[in-house]
Amino acid sequence: MSEQRYYEDVELGEEITPLVKQPTTRQLVMWAGASGDYNPIHYDKDYAQSRGLDGVIVHGQLVYCFLGQLMTDWAGEGGSLCQLSCSYRGMNFPGEEITCRGKVTRKYAEDGHQCIECNIWAENPKGEKTVSGRVVVVLPSRGSPATKG
Amino acid sequence: MSIEELKDKVGAVWQSRVYEIEKGMIRRFAQAIGDLNPLWQDEEYARKTKYGGIIAPPTFMATLGLEQIQQLLASAPSETSLHGSTELECYQPVRAGDVVTATTRIADFRQRQGKMGTMSFVTFDITYENQRGELVGRCRQMVINY
Repeated sequence: MSEQRYYEDVELGEEITPLVKQPTTRQLVMWAGASGDYNPIHYDKDYAQSRGLDGVIVHGQLVYCFLGQLMTDWAGEGGSLCQLSCSYRGMNFPGEEITCRGKVTRKYAEDGHQCIECNIWAENPKGEKTVSGRVVVVLPSRGSPATKG
Repeated sequence: MSIEELKDKVGAVWQSRVYEIEKGMIRRFAQAIGDLNPLWQDEEYARKTKYGGIIAPPTFMATLGLEQIQQLLASAPSETSLHGSTELECYQPVRAGDVVTATTRIADFRQRQGKMGTMSFVTFDITYENQRGELVGRCRQMVINY
């Protein structure tokens, strides 16, 4: 568990500590079971190839969850994730590294909460952004705790 | 129900499901992601935090109701289904012991001709309510079938 991050200490343009994942086909099966997403393009190679894909592909929403972890790890448990939106733009394949990254784009107060907005994305080994979007987390202040969550 | 029939359902509630959130469910979800944060798994640890017990990772909510969406889209075996986007808003953490009702509406249905034939873009809006009737979050899922 990472240490607590405080609103005052975050700077615009700051990079979120990257998170690297390398999902195996086993992890895709675990994810299918945990999420209820049994689309065969994620576990049946023959089916995936019959649909014109190179092989089974990683669930976009699994990568989405990696990006969620990127942010909850970074924020620390005193923070809370309020919004997470992503588009699935490209495909990730099992066995390949997925690097999750983010950058702080905005700091603002809303309804008494101190919010940090970031652009976030996942890169494949070629550096292409396969999933990208934005996230809002509420962080505690030095001196007073976060009120949300 | 076929994909085509969704056209007439835009704006309507498609279905509602009730989920009893158990610790084991949250643990399996966290393990599938490879997220070892003790807040999702370790009761003793979680009890000492501001949450007072195990909570689910925020992204967990976006899987409630997902199975039914995927099942519907897979009902056309000749079509490929790809996920387009996920947009989630969390108002409260989901806790072990919560009973969450996920209500799914068909928000939008569009078709257009692409190089793979007819492509259908279906948008689902899901709201999540806990056992006290509080809105804990909402999610918009967009799926592409072709």
